Amino acid sequence: MRQDLTRILRWMPENSRVLDLGCGDGEFLELLRDQKNARVTGIEIDAQAISQAIRRGLSIVEQDLDAGLDNFADGSFDMVVMAHALQAVHFPDNVLEEMLRIGRECVVTFPNFGHWRSRLHLATRGRMPVSRFMPYTWYDTPNIHFCTVRDFETLCSHRGIQILHRDMIASETRSTVLARRWPNLFATTAIYHISRHISQ
Amino acid sequence: MESEASIGLVNSQTASFDEPLKLACGDTLNRYELIYETYGALNPGADNAILICHALSGSHHAAGYYQPDDKKPGWWDACIGPGKAIDTDQFFVVSLNNIGGCHGSTGPTSLREDRSQVWGPSFPQPAVEDWVDTQARLADRLGVACWAAVIGGSLGGMQALTWSIRYPDRLRHCVAIAAAMKLSAQNIAFNEVARRAIYSDPAYADGYYLGSGESPDKGLALARMVGHITYLSDDAMASKFGRELQNPDAVRGASSNSPREPAEFQVESYLRYQGSQFAKSFDANTYMLMTRVLDRYDFAADFGGDAIAAFKRAKAEFLIVSFSTDWRFSPARSREIVDALLAAERPVSYAEIAAKEGHDAFLLPIPRYVDLLKAYLRRVTV
Repeated sequence: MRQDLTRILRWMPENSRVLDLGCGDGEFLELLRDQKNARVTGIEIDAQAISQAIRRGLSIVEQDLDAGLDNFADGSFDMVVMAHALQAVHFPDNVLEEMLRIGRECVVTFPNFGHWRSRLHLATRGRMPVSRFMPYTWYDTPNIHFCTVRDFETLCSHRGIQILHRDMIASETRSTVLARRWPNLFATTAIYHISRHISQ
Repeated sequence: MESEASIGLVNSQTASFDEPLKLACGDTLNRYELIYETYGALNPGADNAILICHALSGSHHAAGYYQPDDKKPGWWDACIGPGKAIDTDQFFVVSLNNIGGCHGSTGPTSLREDRSQVWGPSFPQPAVEDWVDTQARLADRLGVACWAAVIGGSLGGMQALTWSIRYPDRLRHCVAIAAAMKLSAQNIAFNEVARRAIYSDPAYADGYYLGSGESPDKGLALARMVGHITYLSDDAMASKFGRELQNPDAVRGASSNSPREPAEFQVESYLRYQGSQFAKSFDANTYMLMTRVLDRYDFAADFGGDAIAAFKRAKAEFLIVSFSTDWRFSPARSREIVDALLAAERPVSYAEIAAKEGHDAFLLPIPRYVDLLKAYLRRVTV
């Protein structure tokens, strides 16, 4: 199980209705169903991943996130999760808005492009970073909208999105303290628990 | 007979029912027979039974062979058998011919209740709901209180959907493949052309052709040709026939417009063959009646057209499947079902299978499709 997924499990209420956008093979949804007694639905586009997730006994709907989510009603889920997919959609801001419309709360995780290794790679070699975490070359990557921790928080503040919690993952466990203290430099993956800010 | 995975030789059985059946059209059938086949064994808990619902021209013969030298197995042998997607080593699979059919269940070719003559065109018009009711009675007869799954493609998928709201406690899973909640104007238009083709054959004689020594084979063949075009995609036809000529060596002179003109392109020859083969084995009145069932089907009619309200009654889990090039019941029709199920907060899985074969794809062993069905049915295992 990817670290970001085990970390967000604690923000997941029991017996809730959860939608996972880009659920892959359904590993996380299975955990949610089995440990949190959640009623889960996954959205996925990869045929093989859909079959694997269905084999786990999950409810999976084949749908392209870039084609919109207007078939989901406002507030129809307690929680909408999107793990490591924000950077792969055509309009990340639209998808975020849609998530916040459909779910009362949302969790987003994404790779932090501001990590010092990415910066170093770009600064010293002058080329787009290719690493264990981002194994693609620029022309064949599905990750078309990389952002940094700071970029994401700026978007949230512009759009009035409330950050309920955040957590950071580092490349090694011993760097976690650094990642939490200076996430934009040391976090490999950023995790945000967000909601639509309601002004009072 | 070829593949080892086939269920092998099968027999059909007939169940007679004497309890009157009130039909949606208002008429009553006082008695009727259902012909059916079963594959695999019902377990002691009677909770491993799967009902297969057939489409427009289908029958109860869904899998296996009647004789070792049969040229073709049942219509869904690709998916039903030992170790196949619908695994007869695990499930007790039931497949029947619906009333109004012409393969052995009571229909236009059967004798009327007073045994005086055949029903012919006066056989009462059934509806999907009536079929589901008769299927429920067959389930009673077989000792199946609750189906593990009800599965169907096309018109069969409509029966599966109706099961989910008509008998919500009597199925655990509903699998509707290449289906729709109702027909479009275009769908009805094609059905109407098919019916007109049959009407315009003088041998049809308003449906009273049985016993006349003649049958409206030409009209029925034409109806099937029209239908067949809607089952295939443009791509499938292009790759199967292209513009290949039937007889490339023939001199292509000025064309005569005689109906006896030999087929020029291969696609013509194919359609003529399909049409005439179909006319030999199918009853024209049944074709009329089946297309009417399709035209009139409206899943949520009893709920003021509100599919979400209808699905709120359902208790089953759903699998909805569509095929990318199906233009008869396109992926958009399946997505309407999925969206209504999501809005009704019912558990639903959906896949759009990339396939070039059009509507016919639901009968074919397309790897992703078969694999998906198999993956889904794992959860149905008891």
